[in-house]
Amino acid sequence: MTMANTTASQTEAPVFYLKEEHHPQNGTMLGFWLYLMSDCLIFAILFATHGVLGRNYAAGPAPVDLFDLELVAINTSMLLFSSITYGFAMLAMEKGSIKGTQTWLAITGLFGIAFVGLELYEFHHLWYIGATPMRSGFLSSFYTLVATHGLHVTFGIIWLVTLMVQVAKRGLIVENKRRLMCLSLFWHFLDVIWIGVFSVVYLLGVLG
Amino acid sequence: MSTHSHAHDDHHGHDHGDGASHGTFNSYLIGFILSVILTAIPFWLVMDGVLDSKVATAAWIMGLGVVQIVVHMVYFLHMNTKSEGGWNMLALIFTLVIVAIAIAGSLWVMYHLNTNMMPQMDHEMIRSFG
Amino acid sequence: MFSNPDLLHFIFGRLSLESFPMFHEPILAVTFAGVVLGGIVVLGALTYFKLWGYLWREWITSIDHKKIGIMYIILALVMLLRGFADAIMMRAQQAIAFGDVAGYLPPDHYDQIFTAHGVIMIFFVAMPLVTGLMNFVVPLQIGARDVAFPFLNNFSFWMTTAGAITVMISLFVGEFAKTGWLAYPPLSDIVYSPGVGVDYYIWALQIAGVGTLLSGVNLIVTIVKMRAPGMSMMKMPVFTWTSLCTNILIVAAFPVLTAVLVLLSLDRYVGTNFFTNDLGGNAMMYVNLIWIWGHPEVYILILPAFGVFSEVVSTFCRKRLFGYSSMVYATIVITILSYLVWLHHFFTMGSGASVNAFFGITTMIISIPTGAKIFNWLFTMYKGRISFDVPMLWTMGFMLTFVIGGMTGVMLAVPPADFVLHNSLFLIAHFHNVIIGGVVFGMFAGIVYWFPKAFGYKLDPFWGKMSFWFWLVGFYFAFMPLYVLGLMGVTRRMNHFDDGSLQIWFIIAAFGAVLIAIGIASFLMSLVVSFIKREELRDETGDPWDARTLEWSTSSPPPAYNFAFTPVVHDLDAWADMKKRGYVRPTSGFLDIHMPKNTGAGAILAGMSLVLGFALIWHIWWLVAVSFIALIGTAIAHTFNYNRDYHIPASEVVATEEERTALLAKQQA
Repeated sequence: MTMANTTASQTEAPVFYLKEEHHPQNGTMLGFWLYLMSDCLIFAILFATHGVLGRNYAAGPAPVDLFDLELVAINTSMLLFSSITYGFAMLAMEKGSIKGTQTWLAITGLFGIAFVGLELYEFHHLWYIGATPMRSGFLSSFYTLVATHGLHVTFGIIWLVTLMVQVAKRGLIVENKRRLMCLSLFWHFLDVIWIGVFSVVYLLGVLG
Repeated sequence: MSTHSHAHDDHHGHDHGDGASHGTFNSYLIGFILSVILTAIPFWLVMDGVLDSKVATAAWIMGLGVVQIVVHMVYFLHMNTKSEGGWNMLALIFTLVIVAIAIAGSLWVMYHLNTNMMPQMDHEMIRSFG
Repeated sequence: MFSNPDLLHFIFGRLSLESFPMFHEPILAVTFAGVVLGGIVVLGALTYFKLWGYLWREWITSIDHKKIGIMYIILALVMLLRGFADAIMMRAQQAIAFGDVAGYLPPDHYDQIFTAHGVIMIFFVAMPLVTGLMNFVVPLQIGARDVAFPFLNNFSFWMTTAGAITVMISLFVGEFAKTGWLAYPPLSDIVYSPGVGVDYYIWALQIAGVGTLLSGVNLIVTIVKMRAPGMSMMKMPVFTWTSLCTNILIVAAFPVLTAVLVLLSLDRYVGTNFFTNDLGGNAMMYVNLIWIWGHPEVYILILPAFGVFSEVVSTFCRKRLFGYSSMVYATIVITILSYLVWLHHFFTMGSGASVNAFFGITTMIISIPTGAKIFNWLFTMYKGRISFDVPMLWTMGFMLTFVIGGMTGVMLAVPPADFVLHNSLFLIAHFHNVIIGGVVFGMFAGIVYWFPKAFGYKLDPFWGKMSFWFWLVGFYFAFMPLYVLGLMGVTRRMNHFDDGSLQIWFIIAAFGAVLIAIGIASFLMSLVVSFIKREELRDETGDPWDARTLEWSTSSPPPAYNFAFTPVVHDLDAWADMKKRGYVRPTSGFLDIHMPKNTGAGAILAGMSLVLGFALIWHIWWLVAVSFIALIGTAIAHTFNYNRDYHIPASEVVATEEERTALLAKQQA
């Protein structure tokens, strides 16, 4: 069979294998996007649950009694600012500026912390006046939906800090750039979810 | 890590297998301004009670929300039909279909159950919070 | 110090001496003794033969998709024995517990058994079989060296295993859920199920669910990004197509399960009111949500089986598959339609006529693409030169059995008929008909078909045929009586009956279960016998069935790098095309091959998840905190390891390939 090489070339067999190394495209960004899509479905289920249970007040407080829209507006702006600062971090990364990247990442992280802090303050306040998740179906679904988003932001912050350490240690190497792009998707994705949260949970809720 | 495999990875990165498109300063700024406006309007509508009709306000909130999601998708997530050979967009569309089915379906199904099984449900909705 | 109840409670949570049922339940005591003895023998043997290092280096830390695939299937076979033990216990109980005879299983125990049976068979038998087969076959079929994320693949496997171990622990520590395999509230709420059973259920599924989701993402990216040059979407083998659709379903369905179980856990742990009876909870929402996952799950299991049958039919009929593109489109249509039928699982819950009619019709529609597939397989067989090897037998058994199951399914899709048959043994007969006739037969066909690829020798056909016939006949004996009983109105999940006239049917069903037991034993026998006779059954060509797809173009078992050179694809059934057009195996010009490195991180993270799950189940809060922090810390630490790949030097590739050249030459001679 090994001797058959010459005969094969005479009949001009098509190319059946690559002589050089094959490099398939890196799949990390697509894979991460697919993960985000699955995460999106988790939120969809929480939104659906809120849609079904969101008016079951069980003779307890309703959104109009509880929500302080000014606080929510401030909170929303924290997230919006963090989005554009993350964008600036990405621009700095593109230019290869480690210092710029790190600075913008740090600012993004601070906005994230402010967001989570305000949310915790809100929860604490609600809890204090007796509006606990145990009170009604509405409050169960409210806390779960908003806190799931908040937990995502918290993990985003942990991840951001981790990446800052990694960028400091190794600079903007390909892996780190890829990771920063994944976190970018994650961070902006949380923004998109938050649009749903403030529209459906807070604004429509207060509207009644 | 060995320099050899390092160079190797660079090679991966360079053929833009990542397929991710990147924004510019201007695109981020446009996105930011648009989303600030699109956020401010619904808050204003609700906080100042601009419209008399609740249904109209709700429709505006949902409509602006959808527009803002699209803005974020385009300007911050850099979605387009070309990234990752269109697979990103395909995955997104598929997900949106499933999300729509899951949310709309659940609401429809549960609404039906409630109207058929628990006609007295309404008293649950009466608030009595001081 | 140990008399302080607060301190004990702090250290052990809900765990106490009473939590160990083998001290007061004779059945469990015997089982436990058996497991301990067996465990000691296995561990002793591993130590005696000094296999620990080998296991750790070559298997546990392996990121080779082939080894991970094999480990998935081993896990599934082990769990099959557990799930089947549950099945035969139920059959025995129902065959004897009539009138004054109470049987040997008290209701409390019986309820755990049917729950465990369902959970294990779906999550820890069918899922690992499917995932294992996809893992092994897909990269080979598309001409890739490994999956897109080899480390995640290893991690996914160990998370699935950690979930399985969690279920197994419940056998001896505490109890398992008594709620049925979907744990409907309010029964599964803390008020009605205060024990640890439902918590075992929740955390086993959550831990395994992480693995399932990640492996879904992994395989999608693998198929999308790593196909050999020239393999366009419409030149992909059908098994790869069905795998792609299955993994899309996994990524789009398992998050729903995760979310629902989180809500149920919040109800149980925090006291929220999602599915409670009062304060605005709605238990029906749980049923609605879990079936949004549950119905796609059915197709997650069956689609890969359809893929296996497609490969087997075209190989053993020596023909290209009839209607390749219709097969692909049918698969895609099923993928989407599977999200539009979930309500047929609860027609009787009280939605109005319009809702029931909508979901009844969508359910009937989904049988159309499935029917189209059956015709495709039949037309492939038509005028084919069929060789009745064991995989083909399974396929033909499937075609007959699955059609019956499909027809009873369409019956159940009619809401008024469902009102009569809901929750009856008719339903049980129906879904065992499609799951055994479809998934199990498909997986056996796949295992027998690809076994020579994985191990280099065929499975002994005698024991394979024994296994097939006992399964097939046993299936009909075990489940046809249930159709009859269901039509008579007998409901599921009963551990005792008053009406003695029903007993004969249950005895027939129990006889069927015994036949299936012989079928399983024959399959295990075929593994043992084939291992002993491996030299006789050895295949050195790499292509023992004269098959058509790329995995058969490399050696059996394939080298770690799968293909010394990446194949270039010109046609559907690439390997058949290569054989027809005079492909010559390259024997020189080998290069270094870039491969991912093994890592123990997956097994370690999964082990921590197991501890976390156990601590959550037993309310051992300090351990929850410790294991959670350890888990996050380890995960982060792992990301600091950038040194994840290595190169197989060309010299090693040359050695491996020359060995194969010599083997092939010997065969030619």
